Amino acid sequence: MIIELGHYLILASMLFTIGVVGVFLNRKNVIIILMSLELILLSISINLIAFSAFLNDSIGQIFSLFILTVAAGEAAIGLAILVVYFRNVGNIEVDKISNMSG
Amino acid sequence: MFPALLFYIFSFTIIISSLMVIFSKDPINSVLFLIFSFINASGIFLLAGAEFLALILVIVYVGAVAVLFLFVIMMLDFNLENIKKETKKYLPFGLLIGGILFLEIILMLYTPEIFSNEFKIIGNRITTDLTNTEILGNLIYTEYFLQFQIAGFILLVAMIGAIVLTLRHRDYVRRQNINSQIKRDPKESIDLVDIELTERRNNDY
Repeated sequence: MIIELGHYLILASMLFTIGVVGVFLNRKNVIIILMSLELILLSISINLIAFSAFLNDSIGQIFSLFILTVAAGEAAIGLAILVVYFRNVGNIEVDKISNMSG
Repeated sequence: MFPALLFYIFSFTIIISSLMVIFSKDPINSVLFLIFSFINASGIFLLAGAEFLALILVIVYVGAVAVLFLFVIMMLDFNLENIKKETKKYLPFGLLIGGILFLEIILMLYTPEIFSNEFKIIGNRITTDLTNTEILGNLIYTEYFLQFQIAGFILLVAMIGAIVLTLRHRDYVRRQNINSQIKRDPKESIDLVDIELTERRNNDY
């Protein structure tokens, strides 16, 4: 049995869908929303690496490295914003963030 | 046969643990399942031949990002009962959106144009006997040097932004302000007071 490109792509699409459902499901908890974003970025990385392996081309790995960089920066900034928000408001419920009336 | 078995084990574990990430009651359990899912994803990367990125994934995510999540969860004490009450309300809507999205992606995957050979490979084909790290280094430090610098700059901006956002000056903490210490002037900071000696002596004796 040989693992083909489609297996990797289906795995990545399932992971992406789980991440999107997690964003919808945890409306109250920003931390789990950030974790869902990490899952989405991981699925994109799996996609890039699978294409890199099956096209025998190493550029996908480089872009996966850049995605890793952006994910680390996004987690740091997001958690910092979360800490500041919790310090000001006292909870982390996303539904209640309507101060700016956007 | 054995790599296929490993692939199925790893991918099954990734799917199950990422489902546990979004469905578990406690955020600490979510972070631990996220760590487990990332470790298995690094196994998938190893199977696909990206050794450097597999180990970088373990170092960066498990070593840095997940610890950051754990630290923030333990630092903020939010009450869980209030958070978990309304999860059930969004479950049908979320599953509907997720199902539609997954069907769309699968339909897109099974269009035959994707797997045709008409895609031109724009990058460098791996033909040499170099290891994975050497190939990535040869590309990053030559062709993709600008992007590499921009990635480092993104990390710098993220670090400075996180520090600036969470910095808080408390009033009751005494700090050393070098600038005001240097600018101090004896004419302003020292008052010479003439004590009237005679009156005091008269009172005491």
